[in-house]
Amino acid sequence: MATKTFAGRPVQVNEEGFMTNPAEWNKDIAVEIAREEGIAELTPAHWKVIDYCRQTAASSGGKAPTLRQITTGAGVSTKDLFALFPKGPAKKVAKISGLGKPEGCV
Amino acid sequence: MADETRKVAFICSKGNLDMAYPALIMGWAALGNGIDVTIFFTFWGMDMINKARVDHLDIPPLANASMKMNMMGVPGYIGIPQLAGVIPGMTPFATALMKSKMKGLGVPTVREYLEMLVDGGAKLYACKMSVDMFGLKKEDFIPGVIDIVSASDFMDMTEGSQIIFI
Repeated sequence: MATKTFAGRPVQVNEEGFMTNPAEWNKDIAVEIAREEGIAELTPAHWKVIDYCRQTAASSGGKAPTLRQITTGAGVSTKDLFALFPKGPAKKVAKISGLGKPEGCV
Repeated sequence: MADETRKVAFICSKGNLDMAYPALIMGWAALGNGIDVTIFFTFWGMDMINKARVDHLDIPPLANASMKMNMMGVPGYIGIPQLAGVIPGMTPFATALMKSKMKGLGVPTVREYLEMLVDGGAKLYACKMSVDMFGLKKEDFIPGVIDIVSASDFMDMTEGSQIIFI
């Protein structure tokens, strides 16, 4: 377990860089993680996905939703999801949302 | 992190329902992790992209040693008698059973899965020799199939890829 500083606050992360305590997350942290992941700016479309992930995780014991759960649940098309979070949306969305890696396969 | 994007290529050669899913599931996981995905459909695997066939893939219980009756709620691992497998209706029955199990798990149909893969950036190709052999045309395939290519083209376009044969 390691600690990383985001938005001036130390947060717990695992060896892959995923936050381990979703309660430590805030929107400023999300912006900084996004930048690290190559997303310069979080637009309202990004926030729609991130907010959905936060809400789902909160009601499912902290588990990050899978891509398919996001597209069907948040009403974002697969194309848009891959355009918003290019090169690996599954991990990127979870990381930016301060959650662990999604566990489902679909 | 490697600078170069990892690439995976799948060769789908089977048209049975159970053999359609491995490439779809792994391909989707690969896209989600930022890995380039190419899928080459050959022989019976072309049923997966054939508009007229994709919604009608079957799983026959005949000669399938792993399909036991516990799928139908019979306790233990009692096999389905091979002779029963030849009874008309057994294949549609086994297929319906598998489809309902998958649906229960929230697994998309093969057609929907392929749409997701294409939307996520996967590149789909049909095998030239199989297309010629089965007398098919590009119009027979679902949208998203980029082209009909030869085995040699496939080798060229998958340089540096990890190749998985299914």
